[in-house]
Formats: sequence, C-alpha cells, structure tokens
Amino acid sequence: MAKSRADIEADVRDVLVDALGVDEDDVVSTATLKGDLGAESIDYLDIVFRLEKKFSTPEKPFKIAQGELFPENLMTDPSLVEAGKVTAKGIALLKEKVPHVDVSDFEKDPQITKLPNFFTVKSLCDFVERKLGA
Amino acid sequence: MRWMWIDRVIAFEPRKRLVAVKNVSLAEEHLHQHFAAQGALPPCPVMPNSLILEGMAQTAGILVGSVHDFREKVVLAKVVSAVIERDINPGETIRYDAVLERMDDMGASTVGTVDRFSFADNAWAPVGRIELMFSHLDQNRAGTEFPEENFVFGENFRTLLEGAGLRKAGVSSAG
Repeated sequence: MAKSRADIEADVRDVLVDALGVDEDDVVSTATLKGDLGAESIDYLDIVFRLEKKFSTPEKPFKIAQGELFPENLMTDPSLVEAGKVTAKGIALLKEKVPHVDVSDFEKDPQITKLPNFFTVKSLCDFVERKLGA
Repeated sequence: MRWMWIDRVIAFEPRKRLVAVKNVSLAEEHLHQHFAAQGALPPCPVMPNSLILEGMAQTAGILVGSVHDFREKVVLAKVVSAVIERDINPGETIRYDAVLERMDDMGASTVGTVDRFSFADNAWAPVGRIELMFSHLDQNRAGTEFPEENFVFGENFRTLLEGAGLRKAGVSSAG
C-alpha cells in the first residue's frame, strides 16, 4: 500500500531526528536543513543513506543517485554560476533536476551560497513523495 | 607518525566486514593518566572511550578504504552514535567488528560492535556499539586541493594491511 503524505512526513522526521540529533518538535515543514536544523556537509550524505534505508522495500529499492536530492555537484559548470550568482541557465537546471526545491524566492537574489537556505523539510517530503509515486 | 589503535586485522570479508583486535597494555603511558591516583582514590587505568572510538574508526576506515584498493582518502566525517557500556582494563583484548552499511562515491556508513576479552572471566563480553560515517576527501573537496599521495593509508598502516593480506608487500601508498 502506498504511503500517505502523513506517513512520509513522520518517516522524514525520524530520519532528521536521527541524522541531525534535533528535537522532533523542531522538524517542521518550513524548517531549513542548514539554518534551522544545523545540517553540515556530511549530514546530507547521512540523510541520503537514511532515506534510502527508510523507504526501501524488498520489492522496490529506494536508491538516490548523487545530485538527485541535493544538487551538490550540479553547479560546478562555469556557465551555471557567474560571479557567485546562479545564471538563468542554472536556475532552469535546478528546476529540472531538483523540482522538490522551491526556488521562486531564490531566483530574486540567486547567490549560490544562499541556495542551501531553500532546502526545507518540505523539500525532502516532496522529493520522497514524488520518487515513491514514480 | 600516526597513532595506531589496532594491533591486527583478524577477519576480512571484502566490501562487507572487517574485524580487528587490540591488546591493552599497562605499558601504554596514557593509561597511567587515565586515571591517576587522586587523594585517597587509587589509580584506575582504563582504556579511554575516545581511543576506543579511534580504534573503531581505524578498523572501519580500513574496510571502507579496501573497497577502492586504498586509492581514496577515507576520513572520519561523523560519529553518528557511540555507546560504550563497560570499561576495558590493561591485560584485556578489544575486538572491533565493523560492518559496511552503505557506500557511494561520496562516502560510507558503518556499524560496529566492540567486545572485550577478559582473562579473569575467560570470556568475551560486549562493550558497545559505534556507528560512523566516512567521507572520500577528494570527492568532497569543496575547492580544496589535497596532496596526490594518500596520507590516510600511508606507511603507518603498511604493517597492518600487509599482515592482513590487504595490500601486497612492497607496494607503496602512492602506488
């Protein structure tokens, strides 16, 4: 049986509590992984591994490819970032590759260093929901 | 000189599991400080938990490094959890049993158990459980360049790796 949105949110909350050592109450939909929950670089890999484990079933493995959830090496091409800002081409690529991240506000001032501020708990839930439904 | 906190690799299943042991000796100077006599309290030499953690990190690190034949610079990135529930005393042997949970280009996660053999009890007893995450340094460099030479699995690991048959004798770390 397919997981409901509430099930997915509860499972994502468990993953974040375990990976980041945060309080369950702090894991709200709008919380950002970096700013609000204190995620550091290696935590993203930890989160990926834990999501895979949490949502895999014997019938359907839940495997997350590199760059599929977090666009870590997506922005290395010079045509995507100019003077620290993500170009229009870069924004288009983000929308295509990481649709679970809402970049509508990011677009207004697309400084690459601010991109992690747009990764929220909701982004993770959207990602899982979309991937499970695929 | 890197401080080695395991003495020997005793079991190895490629990409899966690695087991190492360490004999704890009163000749190790840190045990005289951990803990020295204080006032009426007698000395109490016990293996520091931080070094038990390092022993597991070296055991699991070799397991992770072996997957790519020690070409990756494998560094401890995160102690996910560490529970140590029993002291380890001089004259006892520590066994680190590390299992590779998950691995990709960026890094790996491991789960390990720590046991100790006590001659007083003539038996192994569980000590704790340690979950770790390792990063492949060159895949996560974030603009930082590291030396070509693999300083992680350098000369200090040579005896261990060659003794366990994980690396052929005479092959240098840079090779």
